Amino acid sequence: MLLEIKDLHVSYGAIRALSGISFNINKGEIVALIGANGAGKSTTLRTISGLIKPAKGSIFYKGMELTKLPPHKIVEAGISQVPEGRRVFPDMTVMENLEMGAYTRKDKAEIKESLKSVFKRFPRLEERKCQLAGTLSGGEQQMLAMGRALMARPDVMLLDEPSMGLAPMLVKEIFNIIKDINQTGTTILLVEQNAHMALSISDRAYVLETGNIVLSGRADELAHNEQVRKAYLGED
Amino acid sequence: MFEQQIINGLTLGSVYALIALGYTMVYGIIQLINFAHGEIYMIGAFTGVMMVTVLGQGFFGSIIGAMIVCIILGVLLERTAYRPLRKSTRLAALISAIGASIFLQNAMLLWKGPQPVGFPQVINDAIYHIGSIEITKIQLIILVTSAVLMALLNYIVKYVKIGKAMRAASQDYDTASLMGININSVISFTFALGSALAAAGGVLVGMYFNSVAPLMGVMAGLKAFCAAVLGGIGSIPGAMLGGIFLGVAETMGVAAGLSTYKDAIAFTLLIIVLLFKPTGLLGKPIQRKV
Repeated sequence: MLLEIKDLHVSYGAIRALSGISFNINKGEIVALIGANGAGKSTTLRTISGLIKPAKGSIFYKGMELTKLPPHKIVEAGISQVPEGRRVFPDMTVMENLEMGAYTRKDKAEIKESLKSVFKRFPRLEERKCQLAGTLSGGEQQMLAMGRALMARPDVMLLDEPSMGLAPMLVKEIFNIIKDINQTGTTILLVEQNAHMALSISDRAYVLETGNIVLSGRADELAHNEQVRKAYLGED
Repeated sequence: MFEQQIINGLTLGSVYALIALGYTMVYGIIQLINFAHGEIYMIGAFTGVMMVTVLGQGFFGSIIGAMIVCIILGVLLERTAYRPLRKSTRLAALISAIGASIFLQNAMLLWKGPQPVGFPQVINDAIYHIGSIEITKIQLIILVTSAVLMALLNYIVKYVKIGKAMRAASQDYDTASLMGININSVISFTFALGSALAAAGGVLVGMYFNSVAPLMGVMAGLKAFCAAVLGGIGSIPGAMLGGIFLGVAETMGVAAGLSTYKDAIAFTLLIIVLLFKPTGLLGKPIQRKV
């Protein structure tokens, strides 16, 4: 097990966001976390990244307890996140955004290699490397956010709603890229409202409902599960 | 006459700009008006005096010593007065800033007394003539030093790794930490930069007016704060522009016979600019998150 979440409780003041969820991710997997708006998906990712401290519970990664670490140590440990809504630095250039992604790394020559491979994966970013990130289109910003996370050379990549606000053609492209990133050895935890797309590329999935995991299993099985089809795939 | 006033205004304005930069950089990252910033400037001026009188240093020793002392002071100030309140309301940190300001003023009053201290002469009073304009050596030094420091700051923020991290943190605090940026060290670095610039400003003004006093930071701090807001708080070029603008306007006002209202000019200008452009000259429109 690469990442193990145990009995995680998170509250925002009096509001409970997560009431004791447990799940795990194995090395090399794509795991999807699906569920409706407000189910606690983003909260889970933000807690793994250390932006939120849980009230109770633990997160184990390679023998470390992540809930005690500040966000930058978690990135250093090998977990990077592509946040919801891309969150590129709008007044910095594409290049500078990518450099920020490699912030914890000191190996100049290898950073250059990573940059090359990001540009190879996203040729559009190379064309626009001197442009301010705020002027990119939504799809390009999503690519930049993903490229930026890749610059950290993560073992685990957390993706929060990568399909949000993108045209169907682009969504397909982004999901193909996610799959490809996974095949080059990066473990992926994917949070999505677009359950259909998420299940189509994942190995396993967990279904979150108001702070609890209500279903889990292999992605292809969940895609055929009656309950999931009704609630999240919009089929009768 | 007009050109002469421009030179005088630029001299004063570049010092306002040096102080204003500290306000604007800190605000850019933690949205706090560091009201103790004027006191850092004052302590910088005192340190400058002591570098000359106690350690026998010249101009460079004086300014560099003041910068080092103020970097330490600024970083300590953030650690003790602001960091523990980071997760509290912004008002709590603001009150803490005002408290720190009053504390530093009174500590210096206790130590040095209320009387202004003269700045020992380290720069001779040579005067240069360029056409009809007269420029004193100290004016020239203020202009050159400020320009060099601002260029250096610009370089750090644009090209140095931690400077880029400052910009990232000011654009998106949470996402910056998701990049692996240690936000605490970025904040410390920001305080260090701002305090160093304020210290340089303090020493330059101390030499210019040949006077250093424990309450000198109050009015200078307020005006530099005005300059920062005028230029657009959070914007580095804005603080530079705001400072210069204010310095020139004040000098022009005095030359036009308004010397009684000298200190009112900055605040009047601030009100006028904010009426027409609430985000300041170079400020960005505030984006509200949905």
